[in-house]
Amino acid sequence: MTEDSPTPLDSRGIGELAAVSRMVVCCGSGGVGKTTTAAAIGLAAARRGRRVVVVTIDPARRLAEALGMSEGLGNEPTRLDVDVTGELWALMLDASATFDAVVAEHASDPAQVQRILTNRFYRNIADSLSGTQEYMAAEKLASLHADDRFDLVVVDTPPTRRALDFLEAPSKLMRFLDHRLFRLVLAPTRGSLRLLSSAARPLVRTLGTVVGMSALDDAIAFFAAFDGMERGFHDRAAGVDRLLADSATAYVLVASPRADTVEEAIFFSEELERRDRRVAAIVVNRLHPTAGTGTHDDAEASAHRARQRHDDVSAAIWSRLALARQVEASESAAIAPLLTRAGSATAVARLSLLAEDVHELDTLGAIADRLDPAPDLPGDTIDG
Amino acid sequence: MPPVRIDPLAQITSSRLVIVAGKGGVGKTTVSAVIARAAARRGRNVLVVELESRPTLAQLLGSPVPFGPMPVDLDSEPGETGRIRGMALTPVEALRDYLETHGLSRLGRRLATSGLIDVVATAAPGIDDLVVLGRLKALERAAGPDDLIVVDGPAAGHAITFLTSPAGLARGLPTGPIADQAHEVLAMLGDPSRCQVVLVTTPETTPVGELVDTAFALEEDVGIQLGPVIVNGVDRSGSVPDVENWNDPTADPDEVEAARQMARWWRERQRTEHEAWNRLEASLPLDRAVLPWRPVAGLGPRDIVDLSFELDTGSENSVDDSP
Repeated sequence: MTEDSPTPLDSRGIGELAAVSRMVVCCGSGGVGKTTTAAAIGLAAARRGRRVVVVTIDPARRLAEALGMSEGLGNEPTRLDVDVTGELWALMLDASATFDAVVAEHASDPAQVQRILTNRFYRNIADSLSGTQEYMAAEKLASLHADDRFDLVVVDTPPTRRALDFLEAPSKLMRFLDHRLFRLVLAPTRGSLRLLSSAARPLVRTLGTVVGMSALDDAIAFFAAFDGMERGFHDRAAGVDRLLADSATAYVLVASPRADTVEEAIFFSEELERRDRRVAAIVVNRLHPTAGTGTHDDAEASAHRARQRHDDVSAAIWSRLALARQVEASESAAIAPLLTRAGSATAVARLSLLAEDVHELDTLGAIADRLDPAPDLPGDTIDG
Repeated sequence: MPPVRIDPLAQITSSRLVIVAGKGGVGKTTVSAVIARAAARRGRNVLVVELESRPTLAQLLGSPVPFGPMPVDLDSEPGETGRIRGMALTPVEALRDYLETHGLSRLGRRLATSGLIDVVATAAPGIDDLVVLGRLKALERAAGPDDLIVVDGPAAGHAITFLTSPAGLARGLPTGPIADQAHEVLAMLGDPSRCQVVLVTTPETTPVGELVDTAFALEEDVGIQLGPVIVNGVDRSGSVPDVENWNDPTADPDEVEAARQMARWWRERQRTEHEAWNRLEASLPLDRAVLPWRPVAGLGPRDIVDLSFELDTGSENSVDDSP
């Protein structure tokens, strides 16, 4: 496996992170390898003896595949059969089921739970309100964090337009539930449209024209049923928010060496800083590997000499070395702004693009080796 | 079987509206820009539409500023007889526009400040997607025979919910303005002369797997025409020789070893690409067009122009010339 990852790397920091954090949040734009990185960090921590649970929100079963779980994962942790000193568990977030559990926890009696869970507007919130999945990921994190079975929770954040939705999720959901339209609708009469305050009536009527009166009735019934649960939801969201800001929560930025994903990662690290949350580590994924100590021009010169003596085979081989070095230089330049910005306090790991796809536990193990090399492994050299 | 020459661009431009979709990171935005350039060279007036408020599409088409809600003219490249314009479309703006054209401008104004779209979209899920599609439908209706609209669409997972939203809403809301809108959009989605989806993937197992799933879901649930699949980032830098018995005595031995290691890596990588390509070929009866991988960490407007010729001249229907 090591010949697939010839890029030198300094990844002691990720190992430390896996050893001491209580929570690791992996963020980055789509397609950079967040899910795989989260799983590999989880595996590395379990090898260090920790009891780890990895949470994925990716419904594409990629984590399940990477973990060798062909039958998929559920919303409750499943222990994986891996040879580690600690424990490795995994689950795939079901936002809707998690939301149901939160409602059940905060409701005053079973009748209120029933009224809410069967309400069509509530089902819409649970299934498709933008931000719900992000909030429920945070919510699940909080409950796993409080679970005695685990020392470390690793999560990959949703592939959103802006990974920020994850951080914003608790306050966004609160804003939604507090929406002044519903304050208008519900206060002071709580319930029937006929009793609406005169200020709210025209707006609600117009809204009804757009979404249909029955949809609006469902919405009003939901807010009536939800009555009294706001306090509990607010406290819970505030708790989730505190957990995301805790110093034992480590943020890991995942980027690929492309100008646009690097830009996203820089943007995200600025947003984290604005919220006093430090980026603990950066994982640059999918780097093309290179080899040897010579330069691009050295390899190009060898290719040129081969062409002159009509040795096409050698020319093609040397050209590939030249190409590798050219790409490496271009990719290093692309990630430089991110690394410069991060400074020396941030751990950095560089992971090579694997020649083959990650879809089994062995490959994941190899990535965990790269992130957290065992002391007796040669680690960053290639030994073909 | 000898490779079949196809004209992917002719297929793509046979619809007035083209929605480009694919998993995050596969090059959806690159492909949207490439299609625009190639179509403009064939005399089409192209409107590119950005849905995710990201600056990349504007950058790749050489625009110094991000797109806004009003279409702006972009600079032409030599050889382009059609012009390219660019705009950005968001659900909030599309909903406001919808409300205003339906005599509900008061609600539209409130929407601007209050985040009301979340409430509306939650009361009737999919309405945010529907108003965007409704706006695209209005643009498509206004398009002439020489016009082409290219939409840098949502990521693969969301592409399905995006395109199935009209059917869901038409079922849930039997009458009213939203139902009318849904039916009009459905008529467009089902008409190949008006609309098609171009799916993008890289030659890797996971993106290909997701593309195949998306293709079947779109075919079954939406009945939308699928254009040629664009396979982006294919290694076309020539075949890599076997190095097991290779040596170059004229060179430094360390360099020879480095060259061996890299050749092994590239060969393995090409083998993986071939497997993904074969899986795509075996799973989907769609034509394929190739955009070659470029050895740079970030594409620029120049790369887009170069790549657009790959579509323009027609692609061979095979992954590359290596064994």
